[in-house]
Amino acid sequence: MNLRTVRHVLADNPLSAVGAALVLLLVVVAIAGPSIAPYDPLATNAAAALQPPSAAHWFGTDSLGRDIFSRVLVATRLDLAIALSAVVVSYTVGVALGLAAGYRGGLTDRIVMRLADTIMAFPLFVLAMGIVAALGNTVANIVLATVVINLPFYIRLARAEANVRRNATYIEAARLAGNTDLRIMAVHLFPNVLPPTMVQVSLNMGWAILNAAGLSFIGLGVRPPTPEWGIMVAEGATYIISGEWWIALFPGAVLMLAVFAFNLLGDALRDIFDPRRRI
Amino acid sequence: MLRLVAKRILAALPNLFGVVVITFALTRALPGDPAAYFAGGAATPEAVDEVRRALGLDRPLPEQFLRYVADLARGDFGVSLTTGQPVAREILTRLPASLELVLAALLLACSIAIPLGVLAATRPGSWVDHLCRALVTLGVSLPVFFTGLLLAYVFYFLLGWAPSPIGRLDPVFSPPPTVTGFYLVDSLLARDLGLFRSSLAQMVLPMATMALFVLAPIARMTRASMLAVLSSDFVRSARAAGLAPHTVLVTYALRNALLPVLTTLGMVFGFMLGSSVIVEKVFAWPGVGAYALDALQASDYAPVQGFVLAMGVLFVLLNLIVDLAYTLADPRVSIDA
Repeated sequence: MNLRTVRHVLADNPLSAVGAALVLLLVVVAIAGPSIAPYDPLATNAAAALQPPSAAHWFGTDSLGRDIFSRVLVATRLDLAIALSAVVVSYTVGVALGLAAGYRGGLTDRIVMRLADTIMAFPLFVLAMGIVAALGNTVANIVLATVVINLPFYIRLARAEANVRRNATYIEAARLAGNTDLRIMAVHLFPNVLPPTMVQVSLNMGWAILNAAGLSFIGLGVRPPTPEWGIMVAEGATYIISGEWWIALFPGAVLMLAVFAFNLLGDALRDIFDPRRRI
Repeated sequence: MLRLVAKRILAALPNLFGVVVITFALTRALPGDPAAYFAGGAATPEAVDEVRRALGLDRPLPEQFLRYVADLARGDFGVSLTTGQPVAREILTRLPASLELVLAALLLACSIAIPLGVLAATRPGSWVDHLCRALVTLGVSLPVFFTGLLLAYVFYFLLGWAPSPIGRLDPVFSPPPTVTGFYLVDSLLARDLGLFRSSLAQMVLPMATMALFVLAPIARMTRASMLAVLSSDFVRSARAAGLAPHTVLVTYALRNALLPVLTTLGMVFGFMLGSSVIVEKVFAWPGVGAYALDALQASDYAPVQGFVLAMGVLFVLLNLIVDLAYTLADPRVSIDA
């Protein structure tokens, strides 16, 4: 990758820059959220309930008089944290399993791939729902469920890359030089897996955010009154039919923007690292 | 050919087995002691032990698993604590509502996405192509619960075009006599056009919500596969031979390009089964997803487990059907199978 490729990708699809800028903004809000929010996200105020957007409350207030703008800002940290931790764990475990399967082959390969296929045999959102329902309604279990449904993608990518390289001469040389399997996988195979999996990380971030918000929307995981985008949309759902659109619209729109930003970034990364897969 | 079909069916068995193992693991992972849970909050330790024996929870795990499989084979998915009804029967009576919605949405999505993908592939760089690209990126970012609410707000509250977004049928109507369980089909069979129109009107918003969600993958795949086919030698030969552009596009290119799209449809169906839970909640659609969610809110786990299992089995069977269709439609597959 060099600067010319980056410039070419940007010129071809100016939205990539927008995606990168939006992701940066999200990260800043996630870090600074609680300190820049104009109101306490949990403070109720019955006198100011269900107010439409105004200069005092940019995104309006909800049925308990809480400021929606502040709640959306503060929720950024939780939503991104859930998605990020899920993707990081999924990445680590998935790439490790995939490398082992692709490099060692044989029984290891069969067991790991059977695991990936079994997870993929479910509609993934339904499986995530089943996991959270069975293990208990906590944020940690939302993360775990998101880890599980993301695993197959990393396993398959890493396995494919390791499999084509297992008999390459430089791997043979490393083996003859007395390196352990673990060291070969970490030092010689992993760097090759890095570019394609990094693209997958960005695309998965968007998907993980959607998934976590979807689970919260149906009442799993994060509990009210904690500000979280999916819950806020769920809270606004009952009011939208009577015309109070702002309660659900703003958190929903921000959620959509966040997912969109990570998808744009992922597309741009794919164009840079893997030009063959461009559509 | 028959051997090939048998081979595909055999290949689906491990997945089916995997689905059952995972669901079994989930039933045994209930928070706390399942026996104490099923015995109820005020049960004495003796009563809990009694329940444990009755449910076979004191047996070794492999034996428990065999019993579980035997129960499933007899169609016994357990009993819902809140309604007191067998879970299997409740899922079966609600399944048509969910399937009708998913199939209608799939049909709608295909009828928009496939022409769009074809147009984008035949005119690269045109506005259709850009529209397709924007739609593909935007489409995968849309949270279904958000689009659903937005559509309900615009088309019900603001414009008043859609009926109240609650349920499958306006309360003034009564459901048609059950033949297929699909209201659209059953109302036509009963020759009741008013009923047909009402159930269609109720379905438009949830159907559009779900279709929007899956437009992107179908359009993307159609475009990519059309581009590949259009640049192949046999299309060039057909053009050089002076065949009409329409014949080349539809008979030569599209028929071949649709095969990979068929494979994508299997995956898309999985997305839809997952998102149907959310769409059913948003539109109070009385399908299996809404049933599982209601049970979940009441901490009634048997229906949730039954739902996860039913969706898993349905998805495996569906992928099998897609595989079989592919095998039958494309003789080349049989060579390397």
